[in-house]
Amino acid sequence: MMLLALYAIFFYAPVEKTMGLVQKIFYIHVPAAFIAFLAFFITFAASILYLVKKDNQWDLIALCSAEIGIIFCTIVLVTGPIWAKPVWNVWWTWDPRLTTTLILWFIYVAYLMLRGVVGENKKANFSAVFGIIGFVNVPLTFFAIRLWRTIHPVMITSRGINISGPMKDTLALTFSAFCLLFIFLLLTRMRLEKMKRATETVIAMFEERHHF
Amino acid sequence: MCLFSFLVVIIFSFAFGTDLQVYNGMVPGILWVAFIFSGLLGLNRSFGTERDKGTLSGLLLCPVAPWEIFLAKMIGTLIFTTIMEIFTFLVFIILYNQNVLPFLVPLSLVIFLGTLGFSIVGTIFSAMSSATKARDVILSILVFPISVPVIIASVKATGLILEGRSIQTVYAWLKILVAFDMVFLLLAYLTFSHIMEE
Amino acid sequence: MDELHGQKYVVKARELIKKFGFKTALRQVNLSLISGDCLALFGPNGAGKTTLIQILCSLTLPTSGKVVIAGLDTRYHRAAIHRLIGVIAHDTFLYGDLTAVENLNFYGRMYNVPKLKARIDDLIDQVGLRAYKNDPVHTYSRGMKQRLSVARAILHDPAILFLDEPYTGLDQQGADDLQRLLNQFRDQRKTIVLASHNLARGLELCSHAAILNAGELIYHENTAGIDKNEFKQMYLKLTEEKTWSHQISAQVSYENSRRSYGKIFFPNSDPKN
Repeated sequence: MMLLALYAIFFYAPVEKTMGLVQKIFYIHVPAAFIAFLAFFITFAASILYLVKKDNQWDLIALCSAEIGIIFCTIVLVTGPIWAKPVWNVWWTWDPRLTTTLILWFIYVAYLMLRGVVGENKKANFSAVFGIIGFVNVPLTFFAIRLWRTIHPVMITSRGINISGPMKDTLALTFSAFCLLFIFLLLTRMRLEKMKRATETVIAMFEERHHF
Repeated sequence: MCLFSFLVVIIFSFAFGTDLQVYNGMVPGILWVAFIFSGLLGLNRSFGTERDKGTLSGLLLCPVAPWEIFLAKMIGTLIFTTIMEIFTFLVFIILYNQNVLPFLVPLSLVIFLGTLGFSIVGTIFSAMSSATKARDVILSILVFPISVPVIIASVKATGLILEGRSIQTVYAWLKILVAFDMVFLLLAYLTFSHIMEE
Repeated sequence: MDELHGQKYVVKARELIKKFGFKTALRQVNLSLISGDCLALFGPNGAGKTTLIQILCSLTLPTSGKVVIAGLDTRYHRAAIHRLIGVIAHDTFLYGDLTAVENLNFYGRMYNVPKLKARIDDLIDQVGLRAYKNDPVHTYSRGMKQRLSVARAILHDPAILFLDEPYTGLDQQGADDLQRLLNQFRDQRKTIVLASHNLARGLELCSHAAILNAGELIYHENTAGIDKNEFKQMYLKLTEEKTWSHQISAQVSYENSRRSYGKIFFPNSDPKN
């Protein structure tokens, strides 16, 4: 799986047209953004399933998806300004999409920090609730910011670029590559987490056995 | 709590100098920053002492649904925060020379809706954070990202009203505030029992 | 199996397992009480007594298993169950800034107790706090707080009482007072579950005793008229070492894990064993 993803990423390089070297970041930026939101959607769905079924498997999925998601979210937030500076001459714009992504990033951080400070017995419950609240908040934030932007004079026009044929193909390719990468990372992280939990269970059993 | 919000309002005036032009743009922002920061201070008490003194279990043992406990706490927070806001608002109009009399009704509506949203979110997270080690810190981290829509909407709406614009422009913001409040009330209803589980 | 000798079970716990993270607090606990039973629950620290009581009062849900109180499942009918039970714990559930009367007023309204004022006066007299009823609770001694907590617990006249280490921090006088009150409840045929370290008082009050050790219920018998010293010896012996069934189950779990995870975690063992 991993080889396939890597191959796809390297393969696209010769296919792209040169419209300014920096423009190539577009191919990373857009799929990463999609995945960042998808990952949190998975966390959201897993959180709901956890609260309904109280099965720790779902909590595991929520956690792993959030950890991978924040990575992709960071990629979006880093590639955005790198692309924006040469093209529009600004590092940051309060464009609805970018700002919402920033808020999403903060929600991810909050989610992971929450898991850090809560005790074991409440951790899954609280994280699940926050996973749900956080995700529902995203569309609300997006609309609020979009409304905000239409009232102020818009500095930068919308990012819609006409996508021509070969670029479309490249985008599709990197998109699939990123999806595969995400799935691979997610599954690996999940396997790691499962092993970690199993170890801790065994250690707890050991401690009880030798405790008295 | 009131004292803190007064301080915030005053400090901002030092931070931005006395140029009136600069002020008018910032005015709603300053007001809401004062509201939110002092609101956060008050929130910690909502569930903090209950957990510390162990009375939370006593409440949970009563034949009331956890959702009703949430409502009670939320309304309590709302009332206290509103009182704080009224006082802050008075100081604010005086210091910043705002003319608010013609706008009192729509302004009250916006402040109420915004405070309601903040109280809902704050009560949910206060219930969570009071069970953790680093209470105040985690409360702020949780509340801020989620309150973004409320803050934006409230600040913008307040600004528009103070400028004397018509209700039409504010209408869209009001819709967002109402939507936020309803959605989060619903979420609280669905999830609060999970937060209250030991 | 809802009845025993024609009487319905008023508290029934089946196959309770409770895990906190990776630690198992209760293993397959089964408990059944009929109306009027009085059960003393003993066990060393960390055995899981508080956890068990919390699950029985429906403050916590078990990881698996079921608790049925007077025919109501704790998962679905918490409010109704709370009307039937009273809880006295180490925490008094009292608000320090309020007076005794105000505290009882608050809880009385939460429970919808009829003729509240008369009932409060009556209870305050019963627990002997009449002289202090208008003083804020934080001025009370531990014994007085505990007595007020008892009044709070029985305000709504519950049929079932759960007590979790109520004697902690009480001096002799305070403990005697509490014992007197509890004897009254027992005589009124209320169902009582008392978790305590205090073997003597527990046996004095209750007709049945159970011992919880490391999350397992290892003893549950009728102890009416039993010799206290004999019981104490048996208790010490049972809780000194882990029980046989626990050792067996721990060994089995260990073997299973070893087989699944093989050499990664158990490099010194041969997974084929």
